[in-house]
Amino acid sequence: MEHIRTTKVEQVKLLDRFSTSNKSLTGTLYLTATHLLFIDAHQKETWILHHHIASVEKLALTTSGCPLVIQCKNFRTVHFIVPRERDCHDIYNSLLQLSKQAKYEDLYAFSYNPKQNDAERLRGWELIDLAEEYKRMGVPNSNWQLSDANREYKICETYPRELYVPRIASKPIIVGSSKFRSKGRFPVLSYYHQSKEAAICRCSQPLSGFSARCLEDEHLLQAISKANPANRYMYVMDTRPRHRVQSWWATQKDIGRIIVRISSKIWNDEKIRESDEKKRLNAMANRAAGKGYENEDNYSNIRFQFVGIENIHVMRSSLQKLLEVNGTKGLSVNDFYSGLESSGWLRHIKAVMDAAIFLAKAIAAESASVLVHCSDGWDRTSQVCSLGSLLLDPYYRTIRGFMVLIEKDWISFGHKFSERCGHLDGDPKEVSPVFTQFLECVWHLTEQFPQAFEFNEAFLLQIHEHIHSCQFGNFIGNCQKEREELKLKEKTYSLWPFLLDDQKKYLNPLYSSQSQKSAVLEPNTVSFNFKFWRNMYHQFDRTLHPRQSVFNIIMNMNEQNKQLEKDIKDLESAGLLLVGSQVRRP
Amino acid sequence: MPSLLPHDLCHERNASPAPGNPVPVIPNNVSDKILLLPHTHTHKSLIVSSSKQLLAVYPENSLLCRSSCLVGSASCVFSPGPIWEELRATDKQQFRPGAGRIGQREDELKVPRFVGPLGTIIIKCKDFRIIQLDIPGMEECLNIASSIEALSTLDSITLMYPFFYRPMFEVIEDGWHSFLPEQEFELYSSAISEWRLSYVNKEFSVCPSYPPAVIVPKAIDDDALRKVATFRHGGRFPVLSYYHKKNGMVIMRSGQPLTGTNGRRCKEDEKLINATLRAGKRGYIIDTRPLNIAQQARAKGGGFEQEAHYPQWRRIHKSIDRYHILQESLIKLVESCNDQTQNMDRWLSKLEASNWLTHIKEILTTACLAAQCLDREGASILIHGTEGTDSTLQVTSLAQIILEPRSRTIRGFEALIEREWLQAGHPFQQRCAQSAYCNSKQKWESPVFLLFLDCVWQILRQFPCSFEFNENFLIMLFEHAYASQFGTFLGNNESERCKLKLQQKTMSLWSWVNRPSELSKFTNPLFEANNLVIWPSVAPQSLQLWEGIFLRWNRSSKYLDEAYEEMVNIIEYNKELQAKVNLLRRQLAELETEDGVQESP
Repeated sequence: MEHIRTTKVEQVKLLDRFSTSNKSLTGTLYLTATHLLFIDAHQKETWILHHHIASVEKLALTTSGCPLVIQCKNFRTVHFIVPRERDCHDIYNSLLQLSKQAKYEDLYAFSYNPKQNDAERLRGWELIDLAEEYKRMGVPNSNWQLSDANREYKICETYPRELYVPRIASKPIIVGSSKFRSKGRFPVLSYYHQSKEAAICRCSQPLSGFSARCLEDEHLLQAISKANPANRYMYVMDTRPRHRVQSWWATQKDIGRIIVRISSKIWNDEKIRESDEKKRLNAMANRAAGKGYENEDNYSNIRFQFVGIENIHVMRSSLQKLLEVNGTKGLSVNDFYSGLESSGWLRHIKAVMDAAIFLAKAIAAESASVLVHCSDGWDRTSQVCSLGSLLLDPYYRTIRGFMVLIEKDWISFGHKFSERCGHLDGDPKEVSPVFTQFLECVWHLTEQFPQAFEFNEAFLLQIHEHIHSCQFGNFIGNCQKEREELKLKEKTYSLWPFLLDDQKKYLNPLYSSQSQKSAVLEPNTVSFNFKFWRNMYHQFDRTLHPRQSVFNIIMNMNEQNKQLEKDIKDLESAGLLLVGSQVRRP
Repeated sequence: MPSLLPHDLCHERNASPAPGNPVPVIPNNVSDKILLLPHTHTHKSLIVSSSKQLLAVYPENSLLCRSSCLVGSASCVFSPGPIWEELRATDKQQFRPGAGRIGQREDELKVPRFVGPLGTIIIKCKDFRIIQLDIPGMEECLNIASSIEALSTLDSITLMYPFFYRPMFEVIEDGWHSFLPEQEFELYSSAISEWRLSYVNKEFSVCPSYPPAVIVPKAIDDDALRKVATFRHGGRFPVLSYYHKKNGMVIMRSGQPLTGTNGRRCKEDEKLINATLRAGKRGYIIDTRPLNIAQQARAKGGGFEQEAHYPQWRRIHKSIDRYHILQESLIKLVESCNDQTQNMDRWLSKLEASNWLTHIKEILTTACLAAQCLDREGASILIHGTEGTDSTLQVTSLAQIILEPRSRTIRGFEALIEREWLQAGHPFQQRCAQSAYCNSKQKWESPVFLLFLDCVWQILRQFPCSFEFNENFLIMLFEHAYASQFGTFLGNNESERCKLKLQQKTMSLWSWVNRPSELSKFTNPLFEANNLVIWPSVAPQSLQLWEGIFLRWNRSSKYLDEAYEEMVNIIEYNKELQAKVNLLRRQLAELETEDGVQESP
């Protein structure tokens, strides 16, 4: 490898991040093509994948050597002291190069070889089949059908080939609508609730020309509402905060399709401001359109809802602040909580959760279909759609179901994993912890409903590990089209079969498929329910964790119980045999 | 309405606190007379039709103040006779009439929403629960309110519930004699060569807040102790708190030395303290106050040990807050936990502003320091603050939790509370007189004991398998410290308890707790004896709000309770299976030998 100048440095010290007494381990640092490896005097190995490295910093030379601080995307922070500055400099430069690849082909997944043959590899990729999943939901059916409009990625490059739309929506309507929506991301089905006959649909924002109106788009929305025989009202949820989309809001008024009718109590406090603003914006919109009033027929069956999730840039800096605070040595309780507050992180998590609850309630309580969008419809929309489905459908709370959910709402609908995770050396402004937030919301749900999920925290952490690791092909690229072009299915492996093989590690021993089987989860989002996720953001800082894990004990016991059950069977049959042989013997 | 004396009301079912928030919902029925509306938004309102049902819907975990109100309502709205009969027939009720204390009682009279006037009484309980009673009939409402008022603010201790409580359970072991100092001292058999049990305080004349028997260095006679007592705050001369068997080092505690501004010293005190050190060893004096506060104390006649006079000792100052600062912290914390509407920023900033977790961190840090001196540095320590009855006890008792496996068992923990809190003279009567809803700024009230329990809970969370008891045990102790039918936590020290003749007139909490049927509720199914020292993490990321106490009435714990049950089931099932496997193995082995016997001839 051309980037590696030094492969081995001895007498390197690894400092304990939180120890006030500057405890350290001495060992040897190795640099391989894929990993940085530290082996301490007790032969304990610390492996750091180059792709996990978010930043490398060389601090000012000290008497004991040259400090090298590495921050990882999986929230590991390591602090080395390299005796000689030249070695430190070499490693620093190599890591800078190795952690930021310019081409997809240089990512780990393209060289990772788990010793499987091509057939096994292909079977791995076929493990999750989205067509199967839509069939499970009950589509196609009399109201929803598979559209071939995007079969060649002609209408929308960032959508998958196979899209489900209302049966009455014709191809011209779809094409027309896609031209009206940002990046061509027209409204399509994300989740169909079979018993309520209601749908979760997703799209991007309309292109806001000042007096723009798109009849095809309006038709498509009407088609979605008509595809729901249970309730002709539908919600349009804009997941963005209202103040960020006011201009767009005005346009919506202008085309006269939207009415604000807040039905859910959780939005009560917003109600008053809402009506004032509505008046003002109405006036503005009407003036712009040169119309005196809105035609009620046009918007009477749509209810409009803002839910206020901030954009990727706000989320990025929020996480950054959070990490700065909790990385402080000798942190006081007050600094921790004021840092937690000022980072806004838990506020954002709560916003995502509240949005998902609104969505789930609309479907479960009102049987109303919901169209969710944000700006491009691949960040906040993915969060809300997937979390909403998770609240509604117990299948997504199983290990396999959760994989399906990620494949569907995140991978296939074009959440830009490579950009958001910074897989390649690209625009740092595109990086954002959107998917991490989704995982954190799921974690909060597992905390409130400890028996509702088949998987455990380790499963969430492992998935988080691999969205950044680039060891498997699933999360490489930004959309399905790009993934096909990269020939990921031929050149890389899928993560899911590996997780399934290791399933034992990820099972929740308390899972009860009966107790909350068909239940819609109704989490409590009063602020005190949201806690700092220590096991994520400090997963490598063992000193901060409980010294004994109830979870592991119960998990092992569950395993042991299975073994014991088997033993009992064996013993009983052995006993029977023995008795039988004694009886037979005269 | 006739005033009700507590002894009229002593109809008691077995008190059985249980965790969680079980509120059975009774169907709405408008014709019913009493509306019981939990104050929080999470529960539906409950409407009940008779006092029997009113009692039935009461969650089991109530403190006295609640039942006092029920007494009032039952007697004025319904005829008492048959209802009491029915009550006895129903099982598992928590009904504790008598002398409780309400943190703050608030009477509001509301304009009725339907026919007839409707009075509302809001009762704020010492376990942080808030309940609202809507009572039809203004006069009845006022009667009930004044009954509650009267019953919850009794002047005399002897009118309190423990003096009227008649246990409905069989006493297997009298808790008053469960933890005698003599027995406790015997546990330190290896220390007997250097320490002795002194009865110098037999008549409570040397130190009013010490028990009659204390453990002191063998080399110091009772006369010297009397002299030392005059040099220590409240007569609290240094006594043994804990003996670390591993290396023979000790924790001692005392009141502050009365050095005053002119640096008074006491040869006997110096001799006593030095007598505990082995040759060539050094010790640490941990003063729980910051240096400046300790210096200020000199002006009032207090002070701290001058290093010149105690050359073998190093003094360390920590800063554990006291009294009203802790009380205010609790008030703020509970207030913010009760607010369901605040947004995330407000919640976090109020949680921070309450400083509760800062206090937890400070106390735990000091306890870890003490344990470290003992276990790692092999040094003995003396701990005191001002009086030596609050922060001192938090530190000595937590250090023992960290160091001593026995104190993590149920019995050992009870012994610890008996030794380090009750006999050591923590003034429970004063500290627990009021709780989080108290507005009167009395100097004496302070959640010192609750902070200690919270710290234990934090360690329990970090070492969930190293404790024989579970969270419910700690919650139960919190409840009984603040209001109880048992006499254990009455009075401020042993001397007061003797005068009140509690042993003769009331029942000990331990008599009730240590029955197998109760113990099973407090036993941690994950317990595996761990003989190691357990070092907790005190980083802010490792400390958590004790939801079982502070959020208990503000949210449903249904799913968490179910998960806990499932966990217990898995553990039980595991035991069952193992027993069965062993049995089968044995049987099979027997069969095989029989087989062998048959074959051999």
